[in-house]
Order: sequence, then C-alpha cells, then structure tokens
Amino acid sequence: MSNLDFVAEGKPADWVPLGETQTVVDPMEMFFKLPRKTEFITGSEAARESIRRMNVDVAIAYPITPQSETMQQAGYLYDEGYIKDFYRGEEEIGVMSACSGASRAGVRTLTATSGPGLMRGMEAISSWPGARVPIVLMDMCRVINTPLAIQPDNIEMSFMLNTGMLLLHAEDQQDFYDYPLVAAIVSEKVDVTLPCAVSVDGFFVTHARGQVSMTPKEYKLPPRDGWASAVPAMDNENPPARLSRDAPIQKSNFISYHMHSSWQQEVFAAVERSAKYFDKYLGGLIEIINPDAEEFLVASGAAVSQSREAVRQEGEAGRKVGMIKIKSIRPWPMRELVAALKNAKRIMVPEFNQAGWLHKELCSTLYGRTTGTMIGGPRVYGGMTMPTEMILEWLADARKKQL
Amino acid sequence: MSFETLRPSPALKEFLPIEYKDLVDHGPYGKNKKVSDMGKFKEIIEEHPMCAGCAMTLFIRLMYIGMPNPEHTIVVGTAGCGRLALSQASVPFVYGNYGDTNAVASGLKRGLDIRFPNQFKDIVVCAGDGGLVDIGFQGLMHSWFRHEKFATVLLDNEVYGNTGGQESGMTNKGKVLKMSPRGKKDDKMDMLGLAKVAKLDYIARLAPTNPARVARTIRRAILIAREFGATYVQAYTSCNIEYSIPTPDVMKDAFEIEKDRYGFEEIISDRAKEYLKDLEAKAKAAKKAKK
Repeated sequence: MSNLDFVAEGKPADWVPLGETQTVVDPMEMFFKLPRKTEFITGSEAARESIRRMNVDVAIAYPITPQSETMQQAGYLYDEGYIKDFYRGEEEIGVMSACSGASRAGVRTLTATSGPGLMRGMEAISSWPGARVPIVLMDMCRVINTPLAIQPDNIEMSFMLNTGMLLLHAEDQQDFYDYPLVAAIVSEKVDVTLPCAVSVDGFFVTHARGQVSMTPKEYKLPPRDGWASAVPAMDNENPPARLSRDAPIQKSNFISYHMHSSWQQEVFAAVERSAKYFDKYLGGLIEIINPDAEEFLVASGAAVSQSREAVRQEGEAGRKVGMIKIKSIRPWPMRELVAALKNAKRIMVPEFNQAGWLHKELCSTLYGRTTGTMIGGPRVYGGMTMPTEMILEWLADARKKQL
Repeated sequence: MSFETLRPSPALKEFLPIEYKDLVDHGPYGKNKKVSDMGKFKEIIEEHPMCAGCAMTLFIRLMYIGMPNPEHTIVVGTAGCGRLALSQASVPFVYGNYGDTNAVASGLKRGLDIRFPNQFKDIVVCAGDGGLVDIGFQGLMHSWFRHEKFATVLLDNEVYGNTGGQESGMTNKGKVLKMSPRGKKDDKMDMLGLAKVAKLDYIARLAPTNPARVARTIRRAILIAREFGATYVQAYTSCNIEYSIPTPDVMKDAFEIEKDRYGFEEIISDRAKEYLKDLEAKAKAAKKAKK
C-alpha cells in the first residue's frame, strides 16, 4: 500500500481530494487581487486557512502546546485532501529531520512547533539552510526555560537568528494567515532556496480571536517546482556521478574549510536576496506610523499591537509618537530601519522576552547611525501581558529623565 | 528515467572524464548486474578511503551490486565509517545529522512518492551501530513501527570505529573498549528481536562470507520494502583496527564469528514470500519470452 493510497485508508474509490478541486492562482493574485472575506477566528484557525491555500505536499508534526491547535487542524486538512501526505512524527528531531528529507525530495513541506519543541529540533533546523531545503516552519512561541511553563514568551526566536533561516514575525491573526503563504513562495525561489519560519506569540494570537480577511478557499498557491532550486533535489534524476564525493563540503581537508566558508557565505547571501521578494509580497519589510515623529516605538510580533494602541493614546493626548513594525527579522531590514530612524531622538523597543534580542539587533544596526537614545524595554516574559499603560509609563519616564 | 539524464550527448561525451564514460558504457544502471559479473563491469563504488582489509567496505560494495535499481536509489547515512565509502559511490548519498537517518528517509520516501507516482524510488538507510542503534534508535524504531517504505541496513562492527573505538549498544557484554574500561556491562542489543516485535516483513542477519548471499539479501530487503514497508538487514562488518584483527585474517574472522555466534538468519513474512515468488515467476517468464 502506498502512503497515498486513499482507498486503503477508507476513502471511497470515487473520492476526490479537495485540494484537487482548488484552482491554482499566481501568488500576486492570491495576495493582492482576489476578493477577501473577513471572519472572526483564532490565530490557529487562521493558520489552518493559510495551510488550506498553501498547496502543501507533506506536513509532519509532533504535538506541543500551543502549536497542537493548528497541526491537528492540518490533520483534518489532510483527511479532506488539501494536504497530500501527513503524519505525527516521533518527536521534534524526527519531525524536523523528516521535513528535511521531504523537502530534499522536491515537495512543499510544512511543520510547526513551539518553544521546547523548537529547541529539541534545533540541531535539524539549524542544518536546513545549509542543506538548502525550502520548508515552512510555523513557530508558536512559548516559554522554553525552567521552571516549565506553557505561557507566551518569544525568546526562542533568538535561537534562529544566526542559522541562515528566513524568519518572519506575525503580529496578529491576519499576519498568521498571510505570512505562511508568503513564506512558502519566497523560500522556494531559486535564488533563495531556504527554509522560512513564521513565528507568532503563542496564546495571545493562537488562542485569541481576531478579524482575518481571507481569499476564497477554492484557490491555492502554485505547487512547488521540484526541478527549480539552488541545489538539485535528491531524486536521482540528476547524473549520479559521485554527487557527495565531489561536493567539497563533505571533505575533511584544507579545501573543505575554504569551501565550507563559501557555502555559508552563499546561505547568508541568499537570505539577503530574499528581501526583494518579501518586500514585494509583504508590502515592505517594515511598516511605519508617523514617520516624521521624534520618538519611536520599534517592535515585532504581538508587541506591535500594544505599541499601536500606545501610539493612538499618545496621539489623543496631542503627542506624536512614531512606530515601526518589523515584519521580517531575517532578512533584517537594515537599510529601511536606518533610513526611518536616522532623525529619531528616542527609540524604545518593547518586547515579549527577557533578553531583549530585538533591542540588541537594533542597537547593532543603529550604532553610529543615529544620535537618538536607545531604550531597551519595556519587556514582559514568562507569560505576562504587556498593558499599553506600561509602554506609556516608560515613555513618560524617559521624557522625565530626559533619556 | 534518470539513466537517460546520465547519458551524455555524443558531442560532449569525448570531453567527459573516463570514469564517467565508464559508468555510462559499463556501469550497472538498468542492467541488473550480479556478483558473478564482478570485474566485468564498472561498479558503483570503487575508490574509497576505508582502512586496508575493512570488511565493511566489502559489504558495501556487495550492497550496491544487490540494488535492483541503482539508477533510482538514494542512500541515506550518517556520521561513521560507512559514510566514508558511501559518499564515494555513484548513487546519491544524503549525509544527514547524527541519528537522523530513518526520519530523513521517511520524509524523502514520502516526498518522492508524491513527485514520482509511477516510478519506484528506492531508499536505503545504511549506517553503523552507533548511528542507528544508539543515537538513531528512536528514529529507527518509529520508522519500523510506521512501516516506512525503505530498507535499513545496519553495518554492525560492534564499536564506534570512526570516533576511535568506543563501545556501542551492539558491542558484546564484557568487551573492553574505550568507554567500557572494565568491560561492557550490558548485553548486545537484540535488534532482530525488536524487528520481529515491529512485525517487519523482511529481517536478515548475516556476515559478508557469501558475496552472492549479501547481494540477494539486499535485493530482497529493497524489493519487499517497496511493497510492504520497513525491512532490516544486520551485517557483521568487523572493525579490524579496533578489534586488532590482522588485515590478512579479516575474512577468517568473519567466517569464525559467523560460525560461533552471528550465523545467517532470514525471516520473511508469508505475504513477502508470495511477492518474491511472483516476482521470480515474472522474471522467468520475461526471460523465456526474450529467448
């Protein structure tokens, strides 16, 4: 029995997978032209609707809170025929390794995980970029450190920053519907050929409802073209002439050091090359509110929503505060940030993690390029929410102390 | 078919390396070569950096001859001695992370089934006792219980050869090796027993003492995996360095170990037996029709 033998799995002989009834549309049409209808759904449900339109070949996952809400829905999508093959893996090392195998075969591959699951799968995940395997990884962030907790905290994203992964950070349910679709398309561009993670702050987005504007489910993205990638698929459709021996990165001699460094350079160059595609499909790597303000809040993920409200309330009080939403963490929008913040006098970075990885990233970008003061915070972690008042208090405090 | 993409255009052929031309003209692709043909065709593996007298290398060489469709086969391995030879072969080789072989193979096979529904793409996991039984144990077990459609070949040298001679789960009780300075405390892991528990359709244990039998075992494991899911071959492939076996005595050791404790065991499920019988009958009929 084949894994694709649906009759053996109880489907009637005349069953038509619903994925086959969908119409393929160009990504630009899917993202910008098709009519949309708005529904009030959770982030996990938004993710499900995104997967339904993604034309996924293989989805593999291991349950973990808060990701399970999404990937069990992916199981139902498989049952309906929107995903061609699906299984629950043994654990995350197995899942992430199996995803690399599936992507090596040249098919569109999807998985999702959260916090400790991401950490467990990290050896495999960090090898994906070097293997040049396009994979969509949905990452529903939660606490990873002891004491054990399932609460929201996005420290896990910092572990992906230097792997060569593409990394988007969804703000809300709408982003968690849109970004995975964009991720699938960009990761498979020939001059990119890299995995893409779409992180979202768990629970705040995954288990809460929001307005999500979606295209009709009768349309899906074009399939992955297994013949078009920076590194050939492992399908034995290429000359089998000592593929591995002749790949210099497999050798342990002087040449390999040189070649391995070249290989790494190429991975990170591919990350940069992806920027033009994200710029096109996301409508910019960053979003700016009040570009001429002197005070800025710079945030990603759920911290953006809190910052938006802070900006609104400051506006009501007659103070113009700017805000930058960073949609893409990798590629990092260095040029855009430098241009947007070159005249800023005060830059505050609210975050949902203790270490303040976004603040550190921003500091290294703006060092010597702005005369403004960098303020790392406010920060909440371990499951705490960030009341808008907290941002407002930090702003007032900074003004008072003339930071 | 990939063999067609292998064949160069006549104008280009003369500029290709002799090794490539030999593969095209005298390789095993699409020709079903046998062990008795050795020396008369260009083998998939020839040059390699393995130790002199290594029994594992002989086994790997025979494994490639046993492949029913090398032109549609991908080998998945991991760190260890075996990959030094596997990565020299003219069959694509996935060199994954530590202990990830059977998970990678699961995804790879499923992906290839989607892309090539009308062409068997054979996946063979080939790794050592450290890679499969220790660090890769979880992936190995789950691929068996899921009955993933690929063959797993364990190169059982009963030691971590590549890292310099540490004991493994497949080392025999009492053996003094690095990391077992007082002798290994526990028994050799019973992988055949576990394979039986997982109800694999084909399970075999052998030593490379009979070349034709090695090729036949591999062939059966691959063919049955296509149809019924996971199969397992466990091969004694001594480490003459870490076990201090004099190079000229490597095969003598293989015969002795086979006789003393390793033996040859082949367990085929009834449905797999039927399947093999059917394949043989079809092959005979095709041969007769050709005559």
